[in-house]
Amino acid sequence: MNTSLLKKIIFTTLLAGIFSSALAALKVGDALPDLATFKLEGKLPDTLKGKIVVVDFWASWCLPCAESFPVMDELQKKYGGRVVILAVNVDEKAAKMEKFLAKHPVTFTVVRDAQQKLVATVEPETMPTSFILDGEGKVRFLHKGFHGDETRKQYISEIDSLLK
Amino acid sequence: MKRIPLILLAAMAMTLTSGCANVKPWQREHLADYTMQPDRDPLGTSQAEHIWFSREEASGGSGVGGGGCGCN
Repeated sequence: MNTSLLKKIIFTTLLAGIFSSALAALKVGDALPDLATFKLEGKLPDTLKGKIVVVDFWASWCLPCAESFPVMDELQKKYGGRVVILAVNVDEKAAKMEKFLAKHPVTFTVVRDAQQKLVATVEPETMPTSFILDGEGKVRFLHKGFHGDETRKQYISEIDSLLK
Repeated sequence: MKRIPLILLAAMAMTLTSGCANVKPWQREHLADYTMQPDRDPLGTSQAEHIWFSREEASGGSGVGGGGCGCN
């Protein structure tokens, strides 16, 4: 195999890898797909239009997710109806999610992506990942992981900036 | 050598990369399990390392030193 051919193969492989990852993941500026089409378990809020929405992807086995729940609950109570916290569980078994929620009760909306179709569309890079959407449903801020008070302050600052 | 079309190169690239296991972040339940942690039993790990470096003499590593007598 000559060098030129080898270079072509490496180049094509890299290009395919870059494009497949860049096209899939939801990023800042993108619109969240229509949640109604993903057959999520649980009741979605009647309308998300015009509201600031925090969509949080989490799993029961994820320790930072457990740390983030009290903060998410605090945000829901702080902002009331102006902000919707929507936690999307990605556990394979509903029982694991229910056990987690019994241990970490919350007031915000929790739905389960039982078929893992939404999460496969959004492709979060880590657990948890949260997207803060503006009133038009576009992603304005993206959080990978949860880093305690630092992330909490960022949430508040970002939500406040969107509410202005 | 005959020129190889780009589509054939793309097919080859896809074949070469298809063997890679890609565990998505939301599929890591079993990897995140407590039993998958290499340091879940610190005392057991230090004992195992002590035995290892004693038996293997100077080839131990993992932050321990010594010449293989097992006496430190």
